[in-house]
Amino acid sequence: MIGLISYLTFFLTIALILAIAVLGLNLHWGYTGIFNGGVAAFFGAGAYGLIILGGPDRAGEFGGFGWPFPLAMAGGVVLAGLLALIVGLATTKLRHDYLAIATFGVAVAVESVARNAEFLTGGAKGVRGFERPLEAAVGNPFVYSLLFLALVVACLAAVYWALERTVRSPFGRLLRAIREDEVAARALGKSPARIRLQSFILGAMIMGLAGGLYATFYAFVSPQDILPILTFQIWAMLIVGGAGNNKGAILGTLIVWGGWVASGWALTRYAPVDWQLYTGTIQYILIGLVIVLTLLARPKGLLPEELTVSTAVAPNEAQSNLSETKHQTQQ
Amino acid sequence: MIQSLFDGILVGAILSLGAIGLTLMMHILRFANFSHAELLSVGAYVALVFDGAFATLAPFLTNKWGALSATTALALATLLAIAIAGVTAVIADRLVFKRLREAAGPLTMVFASFGVALIMRNVIGLIFGLQSIHYSNEIAFAVVVSTDPFLLVKPDQLFVLALALVAMAALHVVMARTPLGFALRAISENPSLAQVNGINLSRMVTITWLIGGGMAALAGVSYAVTNHLSPVMGRDLVLSLFAAAILGGLGSVPGAVIGGFVVGLASSLALLIVPAGYKPAIPFLLIIIALYVRPNGLFGEAR
Repeated sequence: MIGLISYLTFFLTIALILAIAVLGLNLHWGYTGIFNGGVAAFFGAGAYGLIILGGPDRAGEFGGFGWPFPLAMAGGVVLAGLLALIVGLATTKLRHDYLAIATFGVAVAVESVARNAEFLTGGAKGVRGFERPLEAAVGNPFVYSLLFLALVVACLAAVYWALERTVRSPFGRLLRAIREDEVAARALGKSPARIRLQSFILGAMIMGLAGGLYATFYAFVSPQDILPILTFQIWAMLIVGGAGNNKGAILGTLIVWGGWVASGWALTRYAPVDWQLYTGTIQYILIGLVIVLTLLARPKGLLPEELTVSTAVAPNEAQSNLSETKHQTQQ
Repeated sequence: MIQSLFDGILVGAILSLGAIGLTLMMHILRFANFSHAELLSVGAYVALVFDGAFATLAPFLTNKWGALSATTALALATLLAIAIAGVTAVIADRLVFKRLREAAGPLTMVFASFGVALIMRNVIGLIFGLQSIHYSNEIAFAVVVSTDPFLLVKPDQLFVLALALVAMAALHVVMARTPLGFALRAISENPSLAQVNGINLSRMVTITWLIGGGMAALAGVSYAVTNHLSPVMGRDLVLSLFAAAILGGLGSVPGAVIGGFVVGLASSLALLIVPAGYKPAIPFLLIIIALYVRPNGLFGEAR
């Protein structure tokens, strides 16, 4: 029984950390309509930032400042935001698929820095020896894992609450406005490029927070944690759950992560031995199929975006406006 | 230095071939197709299959052409690979992209193209294994062209370079001199106006996929002959292809060619300064520099 509970705690901790990153992506793709092809980069910036700032001193390597946990976490989040600023400044004014290419590129670049800049990131072996906050004070590992889950739930709840507030605020209305019709938004005197940049940075910082929690949980980070497949998994989670719906994003995370873990378990357990080498390959095909089939068959996901009606407009009118403009996104 | 220049030009020729289809599609359908690079893998592996088949059925086809590792069997297999990669591109369009084009926006197509790329790449890995392989297990000896400055050249490399240049010249003649080329250019300039003039958009889109897929297959075989085949070759090249298309300016075939050479040379020369491990990040830097300095590329127009 205790085994089951502790496995469930482990599963939920990872899934809910990923859910935070999915919420960040939902701000990008779901609400603003910007395409982030490098979720892993911002996740990685948060993870490496936290470990380098808050980790122990490593002989002959940069970092190990031993910052207190909240400060180190904030440092990782800011690093993710800075990365987004550099990419965003170059791309948010241009064709929308340029951001997709540039973010995909930043993920490749961050991964190659993580693999090669040994003085900074420890190279392929990663960075070990991070002390998890209050672990020694709590003592009992089982209690600590429950407490850590509670921390993750608290962070998820805070991000969820903040995002729900944001998307229902005038700023959120602005995000949806530029997603639906950029020309109209500009005609009203708004600056779509600047709003997109703000949304991009904010979402990237949320991904950085998820990365920081992930690195704290494992007390370790290596290039294996920021492979491109992480980006694809997080997308699959968002579109299965429903882009533009924060509840859907969390639901999708649980379903897709559950499916990923279960398929990995089933393949290593029941597949013939010479197929085991291809477990990852088969799982990648499954993620690809989930993305393509969901986009084709159920593009709105399990929980579609709820219509948010401005009080200044009558509900029926707003609804017909929304369905008309839906087809004119990204001119 | 000279060696780096030569290697860069060779890689550049391969990138140019691969970037042609990408740039046309990004211009006509306005979507960045992340599965385009997988067509290089598809082409290379289809050629591997038919090369093996011809060698078994008609062993007399496997005589080598002089100092090259190319054989008549591989040449015929490459022709089939060009056709099949083109058809694969059309099938992917019919099954996925066309439907999303009608139902959603270009960014949804970008999204789906990542999924398509994942499926193509890993199905290839599942069928052919994850390890690197070669068309021929015999070692292709390099010829020392000069010792000071040191320059090693394989006959295969010169052949591939010449072949790529011929293919690009042929495409240029088609684009510049034939009614089909006029129609394709008209569609990419202004789709609505071109359709008013009786050009069939969906037919032109199909032809563009065939051309792009075919060129990508030729690039894939060229890459495989001068390096090796591996299921992740598309993934390793995709960013360089985008860099070539963006540097050259979207929609411009000469731009993609020049962009390909610039990216190839820059990647090769950069390794003189930065450690080899950072190689994957170089095309990203080129893209960022291009977007800051000249967002429409060398030959593109603002749109």
